[in-house]
Amino acid sequence: MSFARRIADAIGVRASGSPPRPPEWAPAPVESAAPRPTLEWQIATVTRIVPETARARTFTLQLPNRRPHRAGQHYDVRLTAPDGYQAQRSYSIASEPERAGEIDLTVELIPDGEVSSYMHGVLEPGDRIELRGPIGGYFVWQASQPEPLGLVAGGSGVVPLMAMLRHRAAASGRQPARLLYSSRTSDDVIYAAELARLPAAGDGAEVFQTLTRGAPEGWSGFTRRIDAEMLREVFAPLGSDVRIFVCGPTLLVESVADALVAMGVPAERIKTERFGPTGS
Amino acid sequence: MAVDEPTKQAGSQPSEDAEAMALDRALTLDGNAVAGLLEEVFGWEITAQLTQCANCGHVAECGALLAFVGGPGTVLRCSVCKEVVVRIVRTDRATYVDARGASFFRLPVSPDI
Repeated sequence: MSFARRIADAIGVRASGSPPRPPEWAPAPVESAAPRPTLEWQIATVTRIVPETARARTFTLQLPNRRPHRAGQHYDVRLTAPDGYQAQRSYSIASEPERAGEIDLTVELIPDGEVSSYMHGVLEPGDRIELRGPIGGYFVWQASQPEPLGLVAGGSGVVPLMAMLRHRAAASGRQPARLLYSSRTSDDVIYAAELARLPAAGDGAEVFQTLTRGAPEGWSGFTRRIDAEMLREVFAPLGSDVRIFVCGPTLLVESVADALVAMGVPAERIKTERFGPTGS
Repeated sequence: MAVDEPTKQAGSQPSEDAEAMALDRALTLDGNAVAGLLEEVFGWEITAQLTQCANCGHVAECGALLAFVGGPGTVLRCSVCKEVVVRIVRTDRATYVDARGASFFRLPVSPDI
């Protein structure tokens, strides 16, 4: 007899509700459900290091336990000193999810940056490094999303957006896509050669660039900081259904997001990734 | 940050306050930047999940909160009213989560829901 029934009998009332359910439970499944994937630290091996600019390098990493990622996600990299002190930073994945077995992280060297200075100054192919990921479900884009894609990058903020463009190309996405990319000088443009080739594919991807600290002879792009007029010129042709991702130094991201909202782009269609005061 | 202005020190100048606010602004990250920490705490990726600010009622994805990571802990603020939504502090032995600024978190039963 159930506890509730005993109490009900003791105080002289009928327990409300239906009688106890007969034992018709299914037997336990033979196998338990797949465990939730957990975010665990693992040791990756550096297989290749490619300089992109004087301050940015791409590290190709092989992971013993690689989980599929989505374009826009990042990995956390952790360094541990002999005394146990740890430093941890997040770096965006540059490679498309379609590439099997390895990921690329493009890392900008930050002066006095604990992790980036180690990666640039010490790490060599064959070395191992501790990381976890892929991380983040907010700043992600999938080629199955049919709306036009707008991308705005400042400096190394181009990295997760490059993953989106590479994913779009690998998945044969045909939605219009436009990248507006701000760099200081032409020497600071990450993925310059690949970006120059991108429109030639003829699949609807276009690249607009601006240089804020002087342009070389014959430069055909913009030559000022990103402003409302530039945003309108680049993104108005994508129409009102556009989804926009903005990544870069915090102040650039905020001014771009504010200008886009003032332009009439609904705030929920704008996703931002601020990476703090560096690089501005 | 009208809601939670830093306490004024005796003798502080308005320009110092303006400087501190400008610094705060430049140091702002998104909730997305601490997605790894949030996944550790909640056991699940939650930056694409909704939360509600208990102060102003704004509902947004956790990744759209404003994140401040420069202090001894991590602080997530509402992007609309700037009030604190969550504080997370880790010690050697435990993690402390002060979530009184959130009226709910949506936690999915499985990924991609």
